[in-house]
Amino acid sequence: MTSVPVAEPVAAPAPRAPALIPGAPPPASVVADIWRGIGRENPVLVQLLGMCPTMAVTNVLANGLAMGLATTFVLVGSGLFVSLFRKYIAHEVRITSYILIIATFVTLADMILAAILPDIRKALGPFIPLIVANCLLLGRAEAFAAKVPVHRAVADGLGMGLGFTLSLSLLSTIREVLGNGSILGHPLFGPRFEPWVFMMMPPGGFLALGIALLGVAYVMELKKRRARRTA
Amino acid sequence: MTDAPQCHVPPTPPAEPAHTPAWKLLLTLLVAGAAAGWLIVSVYNLTLPAVQKHAAEQVDAAVREVLKAPARWDTLYLVGSALSAKLPAGGDKAEAPKAFVGYDSAGHRIGVAITAAEPGFQELINLMIGFDPATGTLTGYKVLDQQETPGLGQRIETDTAFTHQFAGRVAPLKGVKVLAGGDPSQVQTITGATISSRAVIRIINNAVAKWRPLVQAYDRGGQL
Repeated sequence: MTSVPVAEPVAAPAPRAPALIPGAPPPASVVADIWRGIGRENPVLVQLLGMCPTMAVTNVLANGLAMGLATTFVLVGSGLFVSLFRKYIAHEVRITSYILIIATFVTLADMILAAILPDIRKALGPFIPLIVANCLLLGRAEAFAAKVPVHRAVADGLGMGLGFTLSLSLLSTIREVLGNGSILGHPLFGPRFEPWVFMMMPPGGFLALGIALLGVAYVMELKKRRARRTA
Repeated sequence: MTDAPQCHVPPTPPAEPAHTPAWKLLLTLLVAGAAAGWLIVSVYNLTLPAVQKHAAEQVDAAVREVLKAPARWDTLYLVGSALSAKLPAGGDKAEAPKAFVGYDSAGHRIGVAITAAEPGFQELINLMIGFDPATGTLTGYKVLDQQETPGLGQRIETDTAFTHQFAGRVAPLKGVKVLAGGDPSQVQTITGATISSRAVIRIINNAVAKWRPLVQAYDRGGQL
């Protein structure tokens, strides 16, 4: 039995980059398509997509949740339609068409929020219409939904949306608990708690995101080491 | 000699998609645009009642707040350059400028509530303003909509030390850094939000200057 010292720089087999463009994504089950967005390819914590809403609206949990769910709605809706019409959308006008589909669903999400959750919509302000510009949407449409059957596109949209929602919820929970001493508006601590207002302001978003990314990187490093050791 | 140097030739990339005629591209976008438009209009019509109901509730709550809980109120519409209790046929109730005249339980008039919007630091600030048309004394104001800087200009809505000082002041107001003397027209502006504070004061002054004569003219007309 030959043991390889861990410290020695072993040339690990280079991770094979998934062939995203061009060509279709490798076949996978619907469940795997959903899980990929929540875990291994989490849009915020791994792909670092959609940083603008991530920073802007994660000050309290209610906002983060609403933003995540609105984005999920747009991801699923646009994935469905992009995939449904992928054979009819000419190559030359595909980006225009994707943006049109995305913008339509964003407008619908905005109007539905105005009808059922007007206060949250007011708190989110311009960031609901700005979902159109979230690179996550166009990224998934171009790289995934346009190349797979409808059920996989919807599964991917759902997974990416849930991953986005969970990441935003995580960040906004950290920020609301520390910055306001509450969760979903319910006070957690006694009246003597001095809220760390810094966490509610933009710099708090960077700090919370940095801590979350650190955690993800640490877990990934641990996994990599374990894999190397068992290899 | 005739052999080419041995090198790895990458597989030829997939052929470019065939050229699509322009009319097909136009048709794609035309159909997609029409479908998107239809979808948006349908959902707009579906959600409109809920949105209007919410807006009306917001206005009701604001009237109640700025007039200090009136027992009831009448709505007057601005038709041409005079107030009227009735809208002419075909007028849009939601769009017409209006004044809400509040009465206490004994039937005495408390004041008049009006809405006014003018630019603030970034966007329009939309206010509900309550005042007594006889004296020009304010009963209060409430922000209906604003997009001021969070933490600074936004305090025109959240800072009670600023918002509560308006009740009892007499328009036209003057914004000052520090209150001096017993001048009832002075309002202390918010440090760090001078522009937003002054915008609120400007909106209130302009609105009272515009609506006070209208209400007084209506009162005279009503008595004759």
